[in-house]
Amino acid sequence: MTATHPAIELKGISKAFGPVQANKDISIRVMPGTIHGIIGENGAGKSTLMSILYGFYKADAGEVFISGQKTEIPDSQAAIAAGIGMVFQHFKLVENFTVLENIILGAEDGGFLKPSLAKARKSLVELAAEYELNVDPDARIEEIGVGMQQRVEILKALYRQADILILDEPTGVLTPAEADQLFRILGRLREEGKTIILITHKLREIMDTTDTVSVMRRGEMTATVKTSETSPEQLAELMVGRKVLLRVDKTPAAPGPVVLDIQNLRVVDDQKVERLRGIDLQVRAGEILGIAGVAGNGQSELLEVLGGYADGTGTVTLNGQPIDLTGKYSDGRSRRDNGIAHVPEDRQREGLIMDFAAWENTAFGYHRDPAYTSGMLSNNAAIKTETQAKMDRFDVRPPNLQLAAKNFSGGNQQKIVLAREIERNPDLLLVGQPTRGVDIGAIEFIHQQIVALRDQGKAILLVSVELEEILSLADRVAVMFDGRIMGERLSQDTDEKELGLLMAGVGA
Amino acid sequence: MDVMPKWAEVVLVPLISLLLAAILSALVILAIGEDPVAAVNLMITGALGSTYGWGYTLYYATNFMFTGLAVAVAFHAGLFNIGGEGQAMLGGLGVALVCLFIPWPHWTIAVLAATVGAALFGALWAAIPAYLQAKRGSHIVITTIMFNFIAAAVLNYMLVNILRPAGSMDPATERFPEAVHLPSLHDLLAPFGIAFSKAAPANVSLVIAIIACVLVWVLIWRTPLGLEIRAYGKSHRAASYAGIGAVRITMIAMLISGGLAGMMAINNVMGEAERLVLNAVEGAGFIGIAVALMGRSHPFGVFLAAILFGFLYQGGAELALWTSIPRELIVVIQALVILFTGALDNMVRMPLERLFLAFRRGGTT
Repeated sequence: MTATHPAIELKGISKAFGPVQANKDISIRVMPGTIHGIIGENGAGKSTLMSILYGFYKADAGEVFISGQKTEIPDSQAAIAAGIGMVFQHFKLVENFTVLENIILGAEDGGFLKPSLAKARKSLVELAAEYELNVDPDARIEEIGVGMQQRVEILKALYRQADILILDEPTGVLTPAEADQLFRILGRLREEGKTIILITHKLREIMDTTDTVSVMRRGEMTATVKTSETSPEQLAELMVGRKVLLRVDKTPAAPGPVVLDIQNLRVVDDQKVERLRGIDLQVRAGEILGIAGVAGNGQSELLEVLGGYADGTGTVTLNGQPIDLTGKYSDGRSRRDNGIAHVPEDRQREGLIMDFAAWENTAFGYHRDPAYTSGMLSNNAAIKTETQAKMDRFDVRPPNLQLAAKNFSGGNQQKIVLAREIERNPDLLLVGQPTRGVDIGAIEFIHQQIVALRDQGKAILLVSVELEEILSLADRVAVMFDGRIMGERLSQDTDEKELGLLMAGVGA
Repeated sequence: MDVMPKWAEVVLVPLISLLLAAILSALVILAIGEDPVAAVNLMITGALGSTYGWGYTLYYATNFMFTGLAVAVAFHAGLFNIGGEGQAMLGGLGVALVCLFIPWPHWTIAVLAATVGAALFGALWAAIPAYLQAKRGSHIVITTIMFNFIAAAVLNYMLVNILRPAGSMDPATERFPEAVHLPSLHDLLAPFGIAFSKAAPANVSLVIAIIACVLVWVLIWRTPLGLEIRAYGKSHRAASYAGIGAVRITMIAMLISGGLAGMMAINNVMGEAERLVLNAVEGAGFIGIAVALMGRSHPFGVFLAAILFGFLYQGGAELALWTSIPRELIVVIQALVILFTGALDNMVRMPLERLFLAFRRGGTT
């Protein structure tokens, strides 16, 4: 037996993209039958490393050993042949195929489907029994939930005889309950001798499930430790390179009068599907209302209609004044005139024009403001002066106002958007996923800015799929499921378990 | 980080494309048994060697500046206006109506009115596809192409049945009155003691085209509207986040684009032919696409690219006149330039980017 060999070993892997050194001399050993976590901020090089392992990229230097054998992985076929299976963050399934069809896709034997399907059905039953991975082989992918789809991805890998399973940010789209289920399955796979590599940026997942963990920072492996011998604080420090505050530092809220009042808000999308089915919410001055929920349950539509780029029906008032939900005065410009600022969920596709320079993005949305224009022309000099000041105040790095937005890191992009929206001094700030794709160091700063705005007596509506973020940042939490509000809680009176049940649509 | 420095992007890529087109053209000329060096010499002397040659080169360039700007403005809004040809035809109709039916005391007022008329007709012709795109989602590439054909038919009908002087066999309007005669570069430069060819068609429209380049630059880079047009062109979602209306921007960008294409008519109809004839546009609307592509949709780039294409047009005409290189092959050469500078941009860009990457990596490690 080769049990003494690591299941997978990387030696001195390096990879550069142009001037960017994505991976620098990385070595890892993962023993068979263990779960190994790889944690690091966005852009730390985790995905690059796994892509090399799966044959998407060719390393500039370094070697890969599978069970002690030096192995070349020029493409994903070779990776599969070497027993490596990958579950991507975005599933690679054919929506209108059945589970069974998806599983044999690309692994059919012979020119006829029927024998392959029969064979797959048989082994699917065996696999399901062995690993407690229950799925209906004849269900169509589009009909089953996200958690189930992920199981299909895992089954796909196992059907191809994978011994090493790589999961890239697997819980991003799951409810807490679904995530727990996933980790039970992973535990079961480990018992059966499979080796699992878990890539994540969530410290808690690492602490709860892994045996060993490697930390990556700026393309380098900063440490590999036994999970039992470390702490979240230590891991965070290794990831960022300095001590970070994991909790949000804030005083209790002092809610004032109602700023935003939403009554029976409904939104129907282009496909005539009702996305918001009668929302009632209130946000007061000086408080942060968090909207929790699994992505796709209407939170985006709520932000879109309040932000002025989707039509809705119902009554919405701001400081007692009704605002239009359809027609000429329901666009983003009118919302800004009303005193609503908006940090959108997708800063790269909504909040910023990625090809525009930082200074143009600073005026974006407010570009017709008298402060930014002189007569018919833009007052570019004024915009640039203000951008420079904002970049200083929000510590945007590099503080180069001519640099295109796409060339800033996620955290700095978000700071540009935040600086623009917060400094308009709005009555209501809409914030969607403020720290998605933002490094831990910047998260702290962004949270502080949002709390500071609250303390100035502004109303804040926060949407996030990160429960931890909602619980630590919001004063009050409303949970959305299938376009409805399932319940509201004060954040000090609730916990992830209770919210998780509400997020799954289990009424309270 | 951007892969290539800006100068490489703006200067090197078009230059290499041009060189490749030239090499391929030389091979084509060799293949039919002619001397490519002599051909290039002939093109250069024919197009740039005399004020007569310059007069033609600049005349064509003026056309291409207008149509190139038209395509560029629409490009910034993410719209591909292939209808410059039809819009320029209709612009010609606008110019003809203004010049024939209103008695103008002096060319200066006439040219202003004709510019407005040309822009108005061109813009109106672009407005219909724009509206269909904005409101109904009909793809603007398809509709603007269709509208080129309709424009040709409309013009044909107008010239044959309405504007043709009684007794004339020629499907064209009568000559415009002497008062709307535009001064040529010869007339304009004479007071400065510069002797410019009298026979060449380049005229005061060139000045208007250059002004148009400057105004388009101001519009795109120095006004809130320009920011909105560019933002909409980059990301529809971000535009709607910022409250920039899709219908409004589509309409405005296409009206400006059509207006610019229409304005070409003050050069070819009012400045050169001095009457409206069939097929007055001669494909300049389509050349505008290549000019905008090569000029990176930047007004200064459009200006330079228009002059290059003016040179190719005039040089090509000289080749046809003085050598046995057939007319069709000259079209092939022009097409090669369009192909390389416009359509095959990435063919040059990608290896060049790789080269810069390799160079930079060598520098840092």
